[in-house]
Amino acid sequence: MIKGLALRISNLSVSVEGKEILRGVDLTVRPGKIHALMGPNGSGKSTLAYALAGRPRYRITSGKIYLGNKDITDWEPEKRAKLGLFLAFQHPVGVEGVSLFNLLRSASSSSMRKVSPRELLIRLKAISSDAGLGEGFLRRDLNFGLSGGEKKRSEVLQALALKPKFAVLDEVDSGLDIDALEVIAKAVGGLIRENGSGVLLITHYQRIFRYLKPDFVHVMVGGEITDSGGPELAVKLEKKGYGSYRR
Amino acid sequence: MEGPGTYRFGFSDPEDYVFKAEKGLSSRVVEQISHVKDEPGWMRELRFRALRIFERKSLPAWGADLSRINFNDFYYYIRPSDRQARRWEDVPKAIRQTYEKLGVPQAERKLLAGVKAQYESEVIYGSLRRELSKQGVIFLSMEEGLVKHPDIVKRYFGTVVPPADNKFAALNSAVWSGGSFVYIPPGVHVQLPLQAYFRINAEHMGQFERTLIVAEEGSFLHYVEGCTAPTYSSDSLHSAVVEVVVKKGARVRYTTIQNWSKNVYNLVTKRAWVGEDAVMEWIDGNIGSKVTMKYPSAHLMEKGARGEILSLTYADFGQHQDAGGKVIHAAPYTSSVITAKSISRGGGRNSYRSFLEINPGAVGSRAHVRCEALILDSRSRSDTYPTIRVNEKQVNVGHEATVSRVGEEQLFYLRSRGLTEGEATSMVVNGFIEPIVRKLPLEYAVELNRLIEMEMGGSVG
Repeated sequence: MIKGLALRISNLSVSVEGKEILRGVDLTVRPGKIHALMGPNGSGKSTLAYALAGRPRYRITSGKIYLGNKDITDWEPEKRAKLGLFLAFQHPVGVEGVSLFNLLRSASSSSMRKVSPRELLIRLKAISSDAGLGEGFLRRDLNFGLSGGEKKRSEVLQALALKPKFAVLDEVDSGLDIDALEVIAKAVGGLIRENGSGVLLITHYQRIFRYLKPDFVHVMVGGEITDSGGPELAVKLEKKGYGSYRR
Repeated sequence: MEGPGTYRFGFSDPEDYVFKAEKGLSSRVVEQISHVKDEPGWMRELRFRALRIFERKSLPAWGADLSRINFNDFYYYIRPSDRQARRWEDVPKAIRQTYEKLGVPQAERKLLAGVKAQYESEVIYGSLRRELSKQGVIFLSMEEGLVKHPDIVKRYFGTVVPPADNKFAALNSAVWSGGSFVYIPPGVHVQLPLQAYFRINAEHMGQFERTLIVAEEGSFLHYVEGCTAPTYSSDSLHSAVVEVVVKKGARVRYTTIQNWSKNVYNLVTKRAWVGEDAVMEWIDGNIGSKVTMKYPSAHLMEKGARGEILSLTYADFGQHQDAGGKVIHAAPYTSSVITAKSISRGGGRNSYRSFLEINPGAVGSRAHVRCEALILDSRSRSDTYPTIRVNEKQVNVGHEATVSRVGEEQLFYLRSRGLTEGEATSMVVNGFIEPIVRKLPLEYAVELNRLIEMEMGGSVG
């Protein structure tokens, strides 16, 4: 279990191609906790996810990101990953000819790095089934020719395999049927329980909360965190929408 | 820019030759070559006829820029040693060490049925497993073939690629030296590949090997060739002609891993005559050279013939790979697949060029052309020039072309999983070429992957 290490976002402003998207975001994700991040389309949720993971085009104009006592604001994506930060992409890009197994074997943030390929395959097969995917899935091309639901499960599978300290899950629940949603939620729940991972759960929908109960709910509107609270905040949002936060 | 020391084979040996013709191209040089080889009259005449064709023909008006080639700045014939050795111990020491550095004797022990090693203009080493020669398989240098099997050579030489085919086929026909003569008797399956290994050593060298492969009915052969050269600031020229005859029901796979240094013009004509229900496969990997123009061809001449061309090109700084393939469907129920993949980076340029023709009467023929280009940065370039002529109605022809850039998106995705930028780029490239690499015998697949990784390693990561 990880104790006391938080993912701390302090007064973070981010621009993409000269356009300011995030304006002074403050947010702390605690280990072992689920922080839901909700907000209307275009409010900056995915921008925050990319900025946390270090996507080059997302320029941090002010503010800091800390993982534990490390200031990772200027770190390269791979260095953040190695330290234990994971991003499940909303729209993962396809890479032809590269299997998921190949990727996970090369991913050096993997806690399984010292394991033999055979042992790795055995473990990954177990993880695949936890994510609701068949064994053969590991041999398929990365995000290539997959259905929307398979892509989401593939992202969750990778989180389970890499065992990050913090996982940013960008709409892993979108476009899933109820059975798939339950499988994914259960898998993420297991990651938190067994690994003590902190989770920033970006979502549009309440329904995932039935299986994955958030400890905190944050509301993002117009590139700022406009409200924070407990699970009851999500219920309020469901009823009233984001109208009251608009300026 | 090109990273320092990315090309491992750029070293050269001191020149210690038995004979070196004067520089430049002239009938005197052609005469010398023919004289040294003590050839029959018909070959000598063919050379002179070809020289006249070469002089008459202009450079191709399409393709890569060849205007800087100065044909009088090359040596057209260099004889490095007196004879072809049967044992590596008998190869001159410096040359032997070079081939050891290239890993040829090591590969021969492990995975080859026979080897020809050509150094400058001559084959300096040759071997063939005894059980194959007992079965009547012939694997000789072209000169030996001409002496020992004059009838077969005379029957086929210049029939698949005539001297007048193009300027460089004419040049090769005039000054050819070295190359292989391969004959596979009916029904014989050569299980392990035969390999030819070409090395240019001298500066301003021109290498013009000539290869003829005859696969009799129902036979099988996998022929592999590799090539390297020292890195010089001046240009070298490599202009080969390869003729393959694949008779009824036979199957020939011809694999090339071209890794010339980046000062070599590589202008090669390769063509196969494919008979009834026979299969010709060209696997053509072009990693090196300054300029390559090469379009392996399959002429599907009898019912049910099949041609497959897999082309993989890699162009980095200062390189232009103009490659692809040609297929002519001249008989009913013939089929072909051309698959081309190119990788451009560091300002390199790839041109995919293909020619597909279906003749009247070639009913029931099927053809598919597919080319994919991967461009790794904004300085690099890739173009496609497909030509398709269909003169018969009852056929099935497909064509697809895609160009993709390794986007920031793919790299970021892989980096977010903990891969460095270099590792991520390699992974995307390896994934891209995987369908071609899968077709190679394991050792060559490893070699090809390693070559590309090395090339990439120069300035990535």
